[in-house]
Amino acid sequence: MRRFYFDHNATTPVSQPVLEVLVSALLEVPGNASSIHQDGQLAKQRLEAARREMAALLGCEPKELVFTSGGTEADNLAILGSVQANGSPHKHVITTAIEHPAVLNPCRELERTGMDVTYVRPASDGLIDPDDIRRALKPETMLVSVMHANNETGTLQPIAEISALAHEAGALMHSDGVQAAGKIPVDVEALGVDLYSISGHKFYAPKGIGALYVKNGTKLRPIQFGGKHERERRPGTENVPSAVAMEKAAAFARDTLPIETARLEALRDRLETGILARVPDSGVNGAGERTPNTTNIYFDGLEGEALVISLDLKGFAVSSGSACSSGAVEPSHVLLAMGLAPERARASLRFSLGASNNAEQVDALIDAVVQSAAQLRKLSPTYTSA
Amino acid sequence: MSGGVDSSVVAGLLQRRGQRIVGLTMQLWNQRRLPELVPEGGATGRCCSLDDVYDARHVAQHLGIPYYVVNFESGFEEQVVKPFIDDYLAGRTPIPCTLCNNFIKFDQFLDLASGVGASRIATGHYARIGFDDASGRYQMSRGADHSKDQTYFLFGLKQEQLARTDFPLGGYTKPQVRELARELGLPVAAKPDSQEICFVPNGDYAAFIDAYFRERGIAPEKTQGEIRDTNGRVLGEHTGVHHFTVGQRRGLRVAAGEPLYVIATEPASQRVIVGRDEDLLRAKLSAKDMNWISIAPGTVTAGAPIRAQVKIRNRHLAAEATVYPIGNNDATRIEIHFDEPQRAVTPGQAAVLYDGELVLGGGWIE
Repeated sequence: MRRFYFDHNATTPVSQPVLEVLVSALLEVPGNASSIHQDGQLAKQRLEAARREMAALLGCEPKELVFTSGGTEADNLAILGSVQANGSPHKHVITTAIEHPAVLNPCRELERTGMDVTYVRPASDGLIDPDDIRRALKPETMLVSVMHANNETGTLQPIAEISALAHEAGALMHSDGVQAAGKIPVDVEALGVDLYSISGHKFYAPKGIGALYVKNGTKLRPIQFGGKHERERRPGTENVPSAVAMEKAAAFARDTLPIETARLEALRDRLETGILARVPDSGVNGAGERTPNTTNIYFDGLEGEALVISLDLKGFAVSSGSACSSGAVEPSHVLLAMGLAPERARASLRFSLGASNNAEQVDALIDAVVQSAAQLRKLSPTYTSA
Repeated sequence: MSGGVDSSVVAGLLQRRGQRIVGLTMQLWNQRRLPELVPEGGATGRCCSLDDVYDARHVAQHLGIPYYVVNFESGFEEQVVKPFIDDYLAGRTPIPCTLCNNFIKFDQFLDLASGVGASRIATGHYARIGFDDASGRYQMSRGADHSKDQTYFLFGLKQEQLARTDFPLGGYTKPQVRELARELGLPVAAKPDSQEICFVPNGDYAAFIDAYFRERGIAPEKTQGEIRDTNGRVLGEHTGVHHFTVGQRRGLRVAAGEPLYVIATEPASQRVIVGRDEDLLRAKLSAKDMNWISIAPGTVTAGAPIRAQVKIRNRHLAAEATVYPIGNNDATRIEIHFDEPQRAVTPGQAAVLYDGELVLGGGWIE
């Protein structure tokens, strides 16, 4: 069966140009970037070249970029590392209820060690109101962490405005940019953040590579301990091939961004319009500015989990909620935080488009959704069509 | 697919027959809850444990079939766990597996399967389903392996559920199923059988109920009370009627010249009544919410009582009896008169009626 992939916010396949760079680096740059011999020097050169290019793409200096194993490590390093370096007497952190678990769970860990954490809730459109951040700020607030783009709704948050508020109050500003980088232009200086996380596999680089932007002068302690790599902020032998591959993927994303944004936006809108026109009692979750590739749609009266399975068996990969450790689906904490009724949160699906999708696939997906939703609703004890 | 041998063999058999199949595992209970119940070194062989999901996924991969874990946690808690607790607190001894079969597995789960495009579901139960042309009814009979027969837990299945269900293991014995598992090369062929109630570790249901209340922050109303004998004499104290079930001997902690058994629990007064073994004998019982399977509901009438063999708990040897309807409403309530008195008729358990191999129907002992 042909398979169509509409889950690019979960991960993306490595693109051909990235694959070629990755393989050639694996073959031709076998050295350890920390070794002093020429093999090591070659690796170091390639690593630093990748860092320079990545820095240029994000609008920062090369030394402000720390390579990590991915988005989760970047978020953990930003939150735990900055709190440990700047801790007492600053005992308060602000984040939001719609963050990825890679931000929420380090914050819960901070709570266990005695810090006070405020989880600001979004409005029903999914947007964080900067005034709510302002009200949550206290003299002892040391860090504000707000995601740039939400993974489930695509909603873009007013990061620059929130950064300014955090700085006014003397707090550091972190943003999880995992779902923004590669999808929208990112300029860390314009955003005004001190810390910014990205993950390569969300924009066609391999899994297992990411980066944390750390603004010059920002105090940060490592959260793992080992060698003196990455300016003593992140120990471990540098993953040169993946860093080189991520740089290539980022450059490709920048070069194609204007065209790809328009293309994905048109496809996303085609999908949204098609579904809303043909499936009764459905609607879009969230409003406002979004990443161009993402839409989150509810289908009242059915279980999103069943719809995901039904579509998967028809060859379409989409997602609903978040997977618990067994692989079963739990309702999205993001949609619940936006105030959706639990039934509607469970009845919601995320569609995230990417490079492989085209209009023909979108039309096939619409047909499949129409068919699957009707089939599931026929058996639903709670659904009666209006 | 539970990750056990039986449901894994079902998947293997159906695939060998050329059926297009999808593997599903029901996530019923979050094993991170009530951590105080998990023995040191971790729980094993409990439903929905990550190990079991791992095994089920491994089998699905081995067979090359699509596989999903589906979440029924909230339905399971509302329709199985809570009624299970309520029953114990009300002095009844519940059968959660039957509630799960009636309200989750052959209801919500069956609907989900239909919803994603499956025409039927198949499970690893030891029971058989047939269709009787004469009466136009689906009939159920005991599994060929009487030691594994699970029809006692399946008495609640309705005709429309039976019409969409297969029990491919009904004709096999457990040793044959293990042999099939080896033959199919299944990675779980040597896995031990699971035991007891899936969400209750070590079978200690009273500890589960106590832990559940603590988690919910509910202080149960006064649960301690007196242990009395059949003459009303106070013999001791107990910590809650939910610790006792009719016929139980252990855990009474009262001294007497002869072995004492629980005869009844009285939740209203929080009394546990104990007596001698022969005090447990009952010649008749009444059962409600009867579900008739292999015969039509109207078959049993006041003028035409039927003969049946009746099981009053899973490990009970079915006893000969005459069955009378109570009232005139398609025998939804019945009275069962045993030829010989039966020991420990327990409210909350089921009375399941057989005619030889055939499951006539069943209901809940009042």
